[in-house]
Amino acid sequence: MTRSPNKDVLFGLYDDDAKILSAVGQARAAHLDIYDVFSPFPVHGMEDAMGFTESRIHQAGFVYGLIGTLTAFLGMTWVFTSDWPIIFGGKPYWAVPAFIPVTFELTVLFASIGMVVTFYTICGMGPGILNPTLHDRITDDKFCLAFDVTDASDEEKAKFRAFLQASGAEEIDQKHI
Amino acid sequence: MSGHISPIREPLITGAKTYHQITEDICGPTERTPSAAWMIAFILAVTGLAVYVFCVTWTIWVGIGSWNLNRTINWGWDITNFVWWVGIGHAGTLISAILLLFRQKWRTGVNRAAEAMTIFAVICAGQFPLIHMGRLWLGFFIFPYPNTRGPLWVNFNSPLLWDVFAISTYFTVSLLFWYTGLVPDFATVRDRASGFRRKMYNFLAFGWTGSAKHWQRWESLSLILAGLSTPLVLSVHTIVSFDFATSVIPGWHTTIFPPYFVAGAIFSGFAMVQTLMLITRKVLHLEDYITLEHIDSMNKVILATGNIVGVAYLTELFISWYSGYIYEQFAFYNRLMGPYFWSYIGMMACNVISPQIFWSKKLRQNIAITFAMSIFINIGMWFERFVIISTTLARDYLPSSWSYYSATWVEVGLFIGTLGLFSTCFMIFTRIAPVVAIAEIKSILKNAGDQYVGMSNAKKHAHAHESVATKDSTGTH
Repeated sequence: MTRSPNKDVLFGLYDDDAKILSAVGQARAAHLDIYDVFSPFPVHGMEDAMGFTESRIHQAGFVYGLIGTLTAFLGMTWVFTSDWPIIFGGKPYWAVPAFIPVTFELTVLFASIGMVVTFYTICGMGPGILNPTLHDRITDDKFCLAFDVTDASDEEKAKFRAFLQASGAEEIDQKHI
Repeated sequence: MSGHISPIREPLITGAKTYHQITEDICGPTERTPSAAWMIAFILAVTGLAVYVFCVTWTIWVGIGSWNLNRTINWGWDITNFVWWVGIGHAGTLISAILLLFRQKWRTGVNRAAEAMTIFAVICAGQFPLIHMGRLWLGFFIFPYPNTRGPLWVNFNSPLLWDVFAISTYFTVSLLFWYTGLVPDFATVRDRASGFRRKMYNFLAFGWTGSAKHWQRWESLSLILAGLSTPLVLSVHTIVSFDFATSVIPGWHTTIFPPYFVAGAIFSGFAMVQTLMLITRKVLHLEDYITLEHIDSMNKVILATGNIVGVAYLTELFISWYSGYIYEQFAFYNRLMGPYFWSYIGMMACNVISPQIFWSKKLRQNIAITFAMSIFINIGMWFERFVIISTTLARDYLPSSWSYYSATWVEVGLFIGTLGLFSTCFMIFTRIAPVVAIAEIKSILKNAGDQYVGMSNAKKHAHAHESVATKDSTGTH
């Protein structure tokens, strides 16, 4: 399944992470609206350059973990104090220390599965999903700065193109995705 | 990427690579026709797998009576193999999670393969508790689910059930962590492929584009998964050790077990990583990414954990004597002087005495010696589990029920068979996935690449003749 954002994108390819980092800084200083930046590896400092806020995925993870903790602990409590109480080795029905290992494991399990599912969902990824890419070497050694030109006038396009050229892009192209 | 370049570090990527060259080097093995050496090894591995399938079928068909377990010794090779494999499965997560939190850059060269190894080792480990139940088709009884028998629940107070949760959580989380790391690299392979391979990697890459926001979330997710995996990996072998420590069998009922098991697990896991990586780097020509520096670092971990294990062995001996409790004293006397004394000696020789050679840097960086040592340690750690399990059970409280145990061909076949299962999985992995984490290697290139380290520190290289010479000899393949 191909997920197409249905946009015309003008992009420039840079051959080094330092170059794209400075290009992004210049573009934001010039108040150009960046569509996206693509790179073969996480470029250090890119989130600051792009002005991203911190990812909240760990907050989601905390909530999932808490659900796991409660599921395990309350579930075992219910089973051994009300649903089917059995005495094991003379311990009390509500044997809290013995519940800790399972509670811990389910906390980690719920947090991990929840965060991973959240990650793929919010990124629009998953098994069988195809997102259009701008260039095959973006996952290899090229760093791509893209502008959305779907509704742009020729004048604006020329401005973007001039910016890409001036900031050191070695290849500039337009593509409908 | 202008991070601080330490003047005392050796480069972690040798041979002046560019980003594109890294892609070529690491994707190459998945794109070429496998070599004759790979084919022969693969046939051997699949033969091992066939032995495994045969022995499992035999066990189920004939019953557990085809093993030599008896009423005194009711855990033998099966549980020994289980603990051994779980232990091996600890290095991957240690490398990828704990070393990530400690910002150890050398992990990037080996984490991918080590995590794969973890997953396959846990698969092998999981086989043994399942088949030793006898009635494999009722294996789902170990999970708490609403059933028509009451519902009768599992015993949440039992360490054996904690094990079920620990191992299945560990497997799931390791798999998620590993696959999330693989997705960007699958995208790299995808964008180089065509035809059927393009379709296959389209599926495997989950639609990865390399967007800056996705990278930010990916890094955040990786960090949190590492943070979660760190206590998880420590908990897993702790819980495995509870299988023994919470019982009242002399020799098992000790509080030292959790740290002692975890150290032993890391020890044996790193040994297995060495065994695999030394072969992999040679066969796939990855000497520039898995350098002598990596081997040296892993040998240091082996030396450290080996010594922790050694101290634990001696502590056990001392405490059993000091306790003044005759059953405890006898349990350890029996390990040293009893019918299984040979496995105790094997354990001590392989795990405590032989790793001491790694105090020498020369020997740590010697590939042949490292390989031999990794095999020794794996044998030694197998002996350790056998000593703890079977030796202890063989001499229980009642001398009239003392017994001796040696494995049947079925039990031996099951062990060899899981080696086949493990190797088959690992070899398929080296054909499909990039064996070294491409994106992570690229992200440390400017900090740890040969040419960059060299640039900042040409002077140091000039008088480090020895290490440069050894690196050159490995970099010319």
